[in-house]
Amino acid sequence: MSTPPLFPDPFQAAREKRGLGEIDDQGDPVLMVLRHRDLRRSAHKYQDFSSEVEPGRIVVPSEVNIRDMRQIPFEMDPPRHTAYRAVLEDWFKRPLTDDYQAALVPMIDELLETSLAKDACEIVHDFALPLQSRALTLLLNVPFAEAETWISWGTHVFRSEDNPLDADKATVLYDYIDAQIEKASQQPGEDIYSVLLNTEVNGHKMTKEEVKGVLVLTFAGGRDTIINAVTNSIAYFASHPQALEQLRQHPTIIPRAVEELVRYFSPLTQMGRVATKDTQVCEHPVQANSRISLCWASANRDASVFENPNEVVLDRAVNPHVAFGFSHHKCLGATHTRTLMKLLLERMIEKVKSIEILEANEKIEDWGEFQRKVGYDKLTVKIKTL
Amino acid sequence: MAKITFITSDNQTIELEGQSGSLMQLAVQNNVPGIDGDCGGVCSCATCHVHVDPAYWEKTGTASEIEQDMLEFEDNSSKYSRLSCQIQISDALDGIVLKVAK
Repeated sequence: MSTPPLFPDPFQAAREKRGLGEIDDQGDPVLMVLRHRDLRRSAHKYQDFSSEVEPGRIVVPSEVNIRDMRQIPFEMDPPRHTAYRAVLEDWFKRPLTDDYQAALVPMIDELLETSLAKDACEIVHDFALPLQSRALTLLLNVPFAEAETWISWGTHVFRSEDNPLDADKATVLYDYIDAQIEKASQQPGEDIYSVLLNTEVNGHKMTKEEVKGVLVLTFAGGRDTIINAVTNSIAYFASHPQALEQLRQHPTIIPRAVEELVRYFSPLTQMGRVATKDTQVCEHPVQANSRISLCWASANRDASVFENPNEVVLDRAVNPHVAFGFSHHKCLGATHTRTLMKLLLERMIEKVKSIEILEANEKIEDWGEFQRKVGYDKLTVKIKTL
Repeated sequence: MAKITFITSDNQTIELEGQSGSLMQLAVQNNVPGIDGDCGGVCSCATCHVHVDPAYWEKTGTASEIEQDMLEFEDNSSKYSRLSCQIQISDALDGIVLKVAK
């Protein structure tokens, strides 16, 4: 008898039978696109499936009731999107530089050492969250100490434990970003706020509201996604001790392993779009102004594209996953995430012998007909030194 | 050893020599502008898109089905498009010319 996968695929039956799923989201239903090919086509056709609608509406669950500020360049379509994206690309490619990686390694080492010294380490709050927050100081080019403030916000920026759409939490983030932008405009430095305030798009300097739109996206998009990727990887290596050994024997496969883990975990389940006209997807009619979602998590288990989709094949050579999205809106933070994950695995094989799970509380998303395990609310482990 | 020529989108010519690995890796190691190889070569990011000079199309061969699927949704793709991470360097490629896609 084979053991069930660590992260099951709840979409398989619907994907193979119909290719679609449905969610009733606060009275604004969503048609989920489940197949890899349909998803990529829909993601690419921004003319038919727009991101540039009422702010918050392309997010599932919808955030229209808790914000009216547009996230940039995420909630824009080409050509407006293209101009903003172009000026952000270089900044978000900085993780490829030696200096950036040299600063990231000690952050990982310090957290690994601390965790190795404990009899029991709770990964979500005491490892993944601090790692995500400290690494973010590099991406934003702000002082390391800022991470302490972000850690104090907890694992979600928009969500509290009992309420997926917590407007008070969003206010904390918005007020913080406003204050940072104000500070940068008074005393410019080399941080992201100052750099963006001094950046021209379409012949005008970015406004404070636009800079805020970029920063809210950066904080919100890169928080529980990275926390899930890191925590789930720890859970995976705990359950598959031979996987860590495989990486130790063959460290050159680490970049492939990162892609494969991200495919398998798909830390962001889906993202929405709004139809601009009466159209169709997977031979199903879609009405103008109704919502679809691009279900990355489902497409990444599509057996017509991935052999043995429910297995982690660390050295998978051809892996056209969509965990970072697809086409114009593919994740701006992907370079940062790939670098963080690569260095984490490189440091783990130097220091970690094995990991034992002591307690695990799974985080299950409820999408009506689908229940999806996306990560953990709590994962307590004992990490053993090599 | 194969001599590989990359022509960048601003028409700079970069001549390289490679022995093994993929064309994407060769380009990234030598900082060829426009070849990023974000995903490390697993055919998921399409940041290593090149147009093969038609004179050398037989040497590189056509794209696999999965690669074609990636290229289908790439802006600026042509009938001579390839993802350079999917082309392994060998002596048989000696002399080929690739234009980096915009």
